[in-house]
Amino acid sequence: MTLNQLTAHEAINLIKKKRITAYEIMQDIFNQIDKVDNLIKAFLVINREEALKQAKEIDIKVKNGEKLPPLAGVTVAVKDIIATRGTETTCGSKILKGFIPPYNATVINRLKEAGAIIIGKTNMDEFAMGSSTENSAFGPTRNPWDLERVPGGSSGGSAAAVAADETIVALGTDTGGSIRQPASLCGMVGLKPTYGRVSRYGLIAYASSLDQIGPITKDVIDCALIMKVISGIDSHDSTSANLPVPDYINSCREGIEDLRIGVPQEYFIEGIDQEVKIAIERTLKLFESLGAKVEEVSLPHTEYSLPAYYLIATAEASSNLARYDGVQYGYRADNYKDLSFMYKKTRSEGFGNEVKRRIMLGTYALSSGYYDAYYLKAQKVRTLIKEDFDKAFEKYDILITPTSPTPAFKLNEKVADPLTMYLSDIYTIPVNLAGIPAISLNCGYSKSNLPIGLQIIGKHFSEETILRAAFNFEQNNEIEKKKPEISPARCKEEA
Amino acid sequence: MKEEVVIGLEVHIQLMTKAKMFCHCSTDYIGKEPNTNTCPVCLGLPGSLPVLNKKVLEFAVRTAMALNCRINQVSRFHRKNYFYPDLPKAYQISQYDLPLGVNGYMEISLPESDEKRRIGITRVHIEEDAGKLIHEGDIASSSSSLVDYNRCGIPLVEIVTEPDFRSPEEARIFLVKLRSIVQHLGVCDGNMEEGSMRCDANVSLKNAKSGALGTKAEIKNMNSFKAVKKALQFEVDRQKKLLAEGIEIIQETRHWDESKNITVSMRSKEEAHDYRYFPEPDLLPLKVDLKMTDEIRRNLPELPEARRERFIKNYQIPEYDAEILTSSKALGDFYEKATSLYSNSKVLSNWIMGELIRYLNENKVEIEDSPISPEKLVGMLKLMDEGIISGKMAKDVFEKMFKTGNGASQIVKESGITQITDEGELFKVIDKVIKENPRSVEDFNEGKEKALHYLVGQVMRYTKGRAKPDFVFDMIKQRIKK
Repeated sequence: MTLNQLTAHEAINLIKKKRITAYEIMQDIFNQIDKVDNLIKAFLVINREEALKQAKEIDIKVKNGEKLPPLAGVTVAVKDIIATRGTETTCGSKILKGFIPPYNATVINRLKEAGAIIIGKTNMDEFAMGSSTENSAFGPTRNPWDLERVPGGSSGGSAAAVAADETIVALGTDTGGSIRQPASLCGMVGLKPTYGRVSRYGLIAYASSLDQIGPITKDVIDCALIMKVISGIDSHDSTSANLPVPDYINSCREGIEDLRIGVPQEYFIEGIDQEVKIAIERTLKLFESLGAKVEEVSLPHTEYSLPAYYLIATAEASSNLARYDGVQYGYRADNYKDLSFMYKKTRSEGFGNEVKRRIMLGTYALSSGYYDAYYLKAQKVRTLIKEDFDKAFEKYDILITPTSPTPAFKLNEKVADPLTMYLSDIYTIPVNLAGIPAISLNCGYSKSNLPIGLQIIGKHFSEETILRAAFNFEQNNEIEKKKPEISPARCKEEA
Repeated sequence: MKEEVVIGLEVHIQLMTKAKMFCHCSTDYIGKEPNTNTCPVCLGLPGSLPVLNKKVLEFAVRTAMALNCRINQVSRFHRKNYFYPDLPKAYQISQYDLPLGVNGYMEISLPESDEKRRIGITRVHIEEDAGKLIHEGDIASSSSSLVDYNRCGIPLVEIVTEPDFRSPEEARIFLVKLRSIVQHLGVCDGNMEEGSMRCDANVSLKNAKSGALGTKAEIKNMNSFKAVKKALQFEVDRQKKLLAEGIEIIQETRHWDESKNITVSMRSKEEAHDYRYFPEPDLLPLKVDLKMTDEIRRNLPELPEARRERFIKNYQIPEYDAEILTSSKALGDFYEKATSLYSNSKVLSNWIMGELIRYLNENKVEIEDSPISPEKLVGMLKLMDEGIISGKMAKDVFEKMFKTGNGASQIVKESGITQITDEGELFKVIDKVIKENPRSVEDFNEGKEKALHYLVGQVMRYTKGRAKPDFVFDMIKQRIKK
């Protein structure tokens, strides 16, 4: 076993015990990146020198017997939608090519203070709009379990990097499933926190009322470790919650006897892959065997989630992305005769098709004469969806669903049909609309050896409960522990 | 056909908070190197988020209260979306369907009548200022433009009135009073030339008989009280002329061109923006609880109206004087400082409203920067009372004080402008004049009173005005009277 395969809690322990050094981890990490990233293409930027320097500093601290910060030596790959001072941040878009933020996102500062090492920026669907990472202006990322398949998205680069052991942990962002769906398709753990739990300062906005930053990790304890560090109120984000941050690691270790689990019946209808369905049924049996009570529940407005989401998210996006106008930073087209032409040319050339599609949809939804019928109506639907969850949580502590209706699909399979692509997020989107937390973790593999994910949904600010349920499942299941075999031979279409 | 003028105003005032509306940058941006008074938040850099400066809310509540508005306990921010290079986020954070204050009013006194008019305030809301474009030459011929974001994110309060003005002069009076109010509140310096107070107007004509409302035009770019009055008058005349000629008035935005003294069309209704307002998801609803409003109300400073009444009562000056002296905070402060040093408050108000304001206006100097301080003005008045200078001399001394900034006694010393107090010296001159003008002496004795004035004038000429005219008059009369 090489050190890049370690989890964060294993690495931290071994460094503390002086069994390994942070520098050795870093070497194995970069060896792996050098070995596989030309196939996976998870990274857009790699901070090799800076990372090695930080690793050495940690090793000096260990040597001097200084107290180590909680994530000392843990490598973090960061989705390229999170601002990093001095490091190019593009959101996977040509329009932000060359943009180097003069400031760090709050989560980056918090991770650095905790001793984590930012090793690079990961690929993503442009401005987080997509479910396959195929919408990146810099080419797609591939799924380590099958290089012909997508890693999911939009945080596909982050999920693939963790799955391919190119990093110990990663940060993703989740607006409609963009952490959980790729975590599921890559067999990793991904958590979308309650809206307001983690500061959005420095997260380049797609849909401000839905976006959250969260971890993608190899196991549940790592997820808890990262959550502990990145959560909490931030004076730079008015929507961050002023609530204490619990000790997520300790809460994992409690049992789940008497846990009441609801299973939304609306999530098991047409479109769901049989293997996924079976894996979830097996999962529920395991939960029952651990003492939990499992019952069906109804979330009657589920079918309206997708349309409501694609109005609210695109409306906010049309406003959030208006600032990319070629004036201050990023891409500006050549040869324009006046201001309005400069705007049009810059935006036509700078944005990809999916981004343009959503900007147009959102602009339409907010236009005078249509606002009430689209945006306002969607907000009302959002309230109904929230109420569905509130009602379910009167009776149940958590809800369990699949994360994605299918395992990883093939590259180009859904690109031509946006609506089919949108259906990939059908189980994750309602959670964002309700602002509640959810975690995705592996619950088995398909016959073709593709990971299948399970989603555990909790009430507002109940990250402790969903982490506890996830940890109990992780510790007690009998699924074979596997690593993907990454080999170019399996990548038939690689040109 | 008889038309009635209908005018409504939209006034923006920049709040004098220390920091900008959503970041820690200073609001003191004028004269700074372009783009140095900025940060990721006010530059709208990707990933930055706004956090409301609480002082902005306090200042805005103060303003809304002074304008007798109902304060909404919960209001919210909206995004107003449009593309322009001076707007780095491509939206302005503003308020829309739930503004901070609604349904207020202000009373204005109309000149040369006892009538008071109540002007309705539709709403008072908070929004952020944009940056500034700098064109090489003028906007039409410039090959490129530069952007200065120093002003971005300066807090603004927008005050929208009902269409209650019946003349451009009423609008001007309202603005002067509004400026004085915001100055007294300490929320804005009210400088229209520098843009800390800006005004747009909607102008239309109403058919006086049928009451039918005409099409309105929005007038922008009026950068002084005078410009407001001129621009509105021009627009009223333009619309009246069109109506008289039977030409339809179109709904449009018109720009006041100060150099040409005309309004010109900027864009018509068809070209108007669809701002696609929607609630700002990055900010929480704005809550103003009763505790906060009580606290702010308790700490409201004295407003111009109350101050005017106090001036009338305490200083025994006419209402007209008090109105003018409270038309700006600094002028009121000047007057009060002077009255604390000098007891004849009416004499003070005459000098301030007469000479001082005239010199300030002629030289385009603000009262705050007046070279004549209250102390110096009082110093001069004391020299007059002591008989060292005459009233006429005082006017010369005042002019020199204004030009040099020196005190009255120094000027008197250096220029020798003092009244002749030595009677012997004066009698010599009087005798000389009587001797040189036997004809005038005769004329006087024949009943021609005018001749005596001529003789006094001659004495004043010889003494270069340094004699006391009353004294000279009496003395000559005594001496030549038969």
